[in-house]
Amino acid sequence: MTAEKQQGDEIVLKGIPASPGIAIGPVFIFHKDGPIIQERSIHGHEVEAELNRLGDALVRSKKELTKIAEFAEKKLGVKQAKIFEAQLMILEDVVLFDSIRNRLRNELKNIEYVLRGEIGKYHALMLASKDEYTRERASDVEDVQNRIVRNLQEQRLVSKIAGSHIIVTKNLTAADALILSRNDVLGYITEIGGATSHMALLARALKIPSIVGIHDFCTIVHKEDSVVLDGYSGTVVINPSAETLKKFRSKQEEHREFEVHLELLRDLPAETLDGHRVKLAANVELEEELEFVKSQGAEGIGLYRTETLLLGKEVFPTEEEQYRQYKIIAAGAFPQNVIVRTFDIGGDKLMAHSIKENNPFLGWRGIRVMLDEPKIFMDQLRAILRASAQKNVSIMFPMISHVKEVRKAKEMLHAAKEQLAAKNIPFDNDIEVGVMVEVPAAAVIADDLAREVDFLSIGTNDLIQYLLAVDRGNDVVSGLYQEFHPAVVRFLRRIIERGKGEKVWVGMCGEMAGDPLATMLLLGLGLDEFSVVPHILPEIKKIIRSVHYSEAKHLANRVLEMDTEDEIKSYMKEVMRKKIPDILLE
Amino acid sequence: MVQQVVTIRNRAGMHTRPAAALVKLAAKYKADFFIEKDEFEINGKSIIGVMTLAAEQGSTMLLKLDGEDEQEALKDIVALVERGFDE
Repeated sequence: MTAEKQQGDEIVLKGIPASPGIAIGPVFIFHKDGPIIQERSIHGHEVEAELNRLGDALVRSKKELTKIAEFAEKKLGVKQAKIFEAQLMILEDVVLFDSIRNRLRNELKNIEYVLRGEIGKYHALMLASKDEYTRERASDVEDVQNRIVRNLQEQRLVSKIAGSHIIVTKNLTAADALILSRNDVLGYITEIGGATSHMALLARALKIPSIVGIHDFCTIVHKEDSVVLDGYSGTVVINPSAETLKKFRSKQEEHREFEVHLELLRDLPAETLDGHRVKLAANVELEEELEFVKSQGAEGIGLYRTETLLLGKEVFPTEEEQYRQYKIIAAGAFPQNVIVRTFDIGGDKLMAHSIKENNPFLGWRGIRVMLDEPKIFMDQLRAILRASAQKNVSIMFPMISHVKEVRKAKEMLHAAKEQLAAKNIPFDNDIEVGVMVEVPAAAVIADDLAREVDFLSIGTNDLIQYLLAVDRGNDVVSGLYQEFHPAVVRFLRRIIERGKGEKVWVGMCGEMAGDPLATMLLLGLGLDEFSVVPHILPEIKKIIRSVHYSEAKHLANRVLEMDTEDEIKSYMKEVMRKKIPDILLE
Repeated sequence: MVQQVVTIRNRAGMHTRPAAALVKLAAKYKADFFIEKDEFEINGKSIIGVMTLAAEQGSTMLLKLDGEDEQEALKDIVALVERGFDE
């Protein structure tokens, strides 16, 4: 986050764009602190009254949690509603509440105090656990405690806000975002969070512009301050000047007009002015995104991340559970193709191995984990194969660094096919297989890999980090992560040439595919498929349809000769602005 | 009073779902049910207590049953644990 003071009161901040759109309006600071608990001695005759208060508070708490669980299930699905199950069970814990009642009778203190003392014991024990899962459950326990105390104190959790506001808060769970959206919410700004969190996904689905990751924002901004939220760039302006307001209002208008053209663009092909055709697809995680993806004119799903099936789960989903989910995605996208990527996780997600890797990024993850855990891998392979029965599914392996890995994975895929065939379970025998090119070694041997598979998909997010030896999450060096570093550009050219030399198509599912500034370059380098975040699809298509392939090739050749990112970027910006004057480049 | 040591077989250990299954089963019996693990002893009929145990795969716990149906309770609870909580 960078902060610059401009023009007196106006403050400009930068966060992570989580949901696109521009919002202008007053802020509402949403506090979700725990209630204040005071210690109070009570007399013997007050015991009964205190116990009654507890009984009432428990009834109310159960009602609330049940309602939230139902609402969550409706809006987010059964899986998400399970978050609240553990909390409901605690409310029914007879042993716990008997202890609490006894303590109250013996110590003669108010119920809030006794409650916190007793539940606090368990909370502290869980926080101190070596097991990460148990530590996470500690916040469930604290949530239950706070809910009971709020009901004891008859406080309502503010969810009704008068007027239209941009809601500002430290952290927003998906449930909060849902509940608050019943008000007239112009946007969300949070201090903590990531662009791929469930809250961000929900905000995008609800079309509420959002920005996350602005540290201490709640202390910088004041109640009812006027704020501009630019969910495209992640910029926030507090107390915008008249000039700033004008600039953003016109940007808002531009985007609205651009969105009107969406209808027209949606059914048009991603084809250059001189007839060069590429495939424009979307990256997806949840079935809730499919409708939006179709409306954005995607031609398929270039990356379906299966890791979401593991979120908040304690065990790996069974083959059956996975099949059900993959089938929904495949059916939802049909007749378009879906590329399913096998689990791309770090080994730490496997409970059995409590390994603490010093450098997980260079460690046990992606295909390495799957090849070492054949039972889990075979479950997933069979589930994906079963979902391919309608012949619109492809499979992709992450973090490949060696031809041996591809061959082994293909052997296992073959074995999975035989198992299903023996039981007469239908699947696509010709299912296309591809690998992600993200480890630099894979890029160097891209031709060898291409001989083993049907396609390559470039994962720029990790590829660039590995190639430039930069950790994006490290604030000190994150500026060195450069999409247009000459080494990256040359690497991309190699990968594409080598892949196509072996007659496989080469696509890209990393963030760079969705960067409008990179579109012409990638086109010119010969990229066959762009798989992007759904909301940027129309813009990328517009660029493709506004240029000539011959020009894109020329641009790529020029760029390949340049030796700094700055030179490359300013050259490309210049070309693009001339070709597409109304393109909105950040 | 009867007791037996059991080992957790589940890959993910005794997380929320098996904990709930254990507590639900124990609630059927009149006997008191305590679980001893490391230095802790918790009431096996309390979900919040069992959640705190954080028993991972391979860990052992001592199950203690005391009451009129203690034999049956111990048998059934041990069976549940050894079945991997039916996961």
